[in-house]
Amino acid sequence: MSLGRREFLGWGAAATAGAALAPVINLVELAQARSPVEAASALRRWGLLIDITKCADCDDCVTACHNENGVSGNGRPETDAQWIRKVGLRDKRTGVAQTLPMMCQHCEEPPCVDVCPTGASFKRDDGIVLVDKHTCIGCRYCVLACPYGARSFIHETVTGQKPDVPRGKGTVESCTLCVHRVDRGDAPACVEACNRDGGKAMLFGDLNDPSAEIHRRLHSEPSTQVRADLALNTGVRYQGL
Amino acid sequence: MARTQFREIEGRGGFYALLGMLVLVVLAGLGAAWYMEHNGHYVTGMSNRIVWGMPHVFAVFLIVAASGALNVASIASVFGREIYKPLTRLSGLLAMTLLAGGLSVLVLDLGRPDRLIVAMTNYNFKSVFAWNIFLYTGFFAVVALYLWTMFERRMNGHTGKAGLFAFFWRLVLTTGTGSIFGFLVAREHYNSALMAPLFIVMSFSFGLAVFMLVLMGVCRGAGRPLGDVLIKRLANLLGVFVAAVLYFVLVYHLTNLYVTRQHEVERFILVSGGVYTALFWIGQIMVGGIVPLALIFAPRASRIRSALAAACVIAGGMAQLYVLIIGGQAYPQAMFADKEVASSFFDGVVAAYTPSLPEILLGTGGTALALALTIVALKVLPFVPQSLADAEVESSAA
Amino acid sequence: MKRIVALALSLLLTAAGFVHAADKPAGRVPVPAFKIDSGETCVAPTQEMRRDHMKMLFHQRDRTVRQGIREPRFSLKNCVECHASRDTGSVLGTEGFCSSCHAYTAVKIDCFECHSSMRQAKSAGARK
Repeated sequence: MSLGRREFLGWGAAATAGAALAPVINLVELAQARSPVEAASALRRWGLLIDITKCADCDDCVTACHNENGVSGNGRPETDAQWIRKVGLRDKRTGVAQTLPMMCQHCEEPPCVDVCPTGASFKRDDGIVLVDKHTCIGCRYCVLACPYGARSFIHETVTGQKPDVPRGKGTVESCTLCVHRVDRGDAPACVEACNRDGGKAMLFGDLNDPSAEIHRRLHSEPSTQVRADLALNTGVRYQGL
Repeated sequence: MARTQFREIEGRGGFYALLGMLVLVVLAGLGAAWYMEHNGHYVTGMSNRIVWGMPHVFAVFLIVAASGALNVASIASVFGREIYKPLTRLSGLLAMTLLAGGLSVLVLDLGRPDRLIVAMTNYNFKSVFAWNIFLYTGFFAVVALYLWTMFERRMNGHTGKAGLFAFFWRLVLTTGTGSIFGFLVAREHYNSALMAPLFIVMSFSFGLAVFMLVLMGVCRGAGRPLGDVLIKRLANLLGVFVAAVLYFVLVYHLTNLYVTRQHEVERFILVSGGVYTALFWIGQIMVGGIVPLALIFAPRASRIRSALAAACVIAGGMAQLYVLIIGGQAYPQAMFADKEVASSFFDGVVAAYTPSLPEILLGTGGTALALALTIVALKVLPFVPQSLADAEVESSAA
Repeated sequence: MKRIVALALSLLLTAAGFVHAADKPAGRVPVPAFKIDSGETCVAPTQEMRRDHMKMLFHQRDRTVRQGIREPRFSLKNCVECHASRDTGSVLGTEGFCSSCHAYTAVKIDCFECHSSMRQAKSAGARK
């Protein structure tokens, strides 16, 4: 049966209207927390905003992260993994000192993802950059490629892993933005600790959600990326640098 | 025109002793690899700041030399220089065995070498490393095909086409190897388009140096005459390649010195980097560049001098790769312009690195594997001409 | 004649093998320990799990890691919660649910090089 011209136009209009409505339906989704059986959505982009003027001498974020994720040292600082670290800065000319937490910046265009030969280093749809340990062969090319020194190679056998955070010898890892917490609606451990005990310098949220505080602050206050010159569009933004 | 006669080496005299020693070194390398994999890499000198160490220096040298070893065959098949035709088979063989040695070091150093199948079946084609895995494995097939056209008399007419294909393949491969470093925006010492062509000329230089030494060693060991004409030609060619490498290094550093932002890393490499500065000036420039040039182009050149020049090029090449790979990682990343940086993760400081025994054993194991495979192949198939004496060589070129 | 001898010999040896296997208890090779301490049924019928648990794990892990789909039924953490031994709290060890079968079949698994093999402490509460 052949389709007449008017019928075709009618169906076409209906289909277009349907397609136009689809994003609206998804927006409604955004407002609610994600159910565990749904996939991460590309409509979200998780990020952090860190105001380092409020960042004091404490390292609650580091302690919280390493506790949450089972990252324990072996007394070998050169080879022990660090997912987050406090970096001390001192201006060479003026001598002004600052401190800030540095972790995986969850870039929009991550160099570590570009260079991974097996695709183990990948960016999830919602912006979190992760390492798929099932595919990682431990070549450490991503460790070389990261401009922020965020990646660690696991140099020793790991025992006593946290059930939510698998980690093992011979693979590479970095800050996961506490993806296991984010997926059930919580904030990363570092943010929670900072807001509970620390300087309240860290804010977590969905950069794409206009109703989120992080979105509002980023759109109304100045903020910077570390190594903005690399045009990686990081998900972690700093204020006070 | 006399047809070159090829024959397997007899493998008498010290052949089995040499093979035995090489196998021992290979076994030591395998033992080191097991030790590293079983305990984790903390037993090596590598750390979270220096993730690629001695094994990678050896591996990259072997891989770069492998690509360059094919050069002699390419000059004969692709550029039609008849005088090098008797050397084409050995050239192809050495290309394959050196690559096998280099790849074995690279694979055994992986954090999860048991996942090699994963690496060969999951490709992220945006990664130049992934391209290289594909190019390396393909290189074996391409060179094997090329060698077959040389061995199989009926295919001799196709050697030129196979040689051209192999030549093109290895240019892409070496460009890829250089780009592994050149594409890294995160490191001041690497991020440069010059890395790819630098690696190409390095491959010419290192590959030819290794080829010369192997040729001289094989001919002496197997009792095949090797005339001065051929050695002189190869040595002169080596001199040209060494000069080319020096040129690229000069351009690279001159450009960096012009760019204020790069002054810090240049000061590190050229002046204040301790072991890296010493290896750069004494290892890379003196021993790897100026000394070979003097030895090759001096008025009273001799076979000994040519061999010595080749050995110096190899030593200088290892030094160059050490400065590049390890020095480039040791230098701290510049995340915050104009600020002194300090952290628990060794930001802002030059990272310490000492090569450890397992790493060195793994590297030498790979080298021994390449040599062992070479001499076994020489015994099994006719790779080496009966004679490379001056008379033979000149008549075949006539 | 030779063929008859060969046939008789092979039949004899086969029978001997059966007899040998039948009257022997565990012996040197430990048979799998199927001590399942909690829960009534698994997420799928036993035969299906025995046959296909690897396929399930391989397929689901990519969905979880790459897409963030964390269906509780297929969570490795939940498998461990249920199947961990009451005594040791682990799915590994001589009587461990996973390792005793895998040791018997000589199929090496490396899941627990990274994943925790322990049941979570009861005080942490049920996390599904």
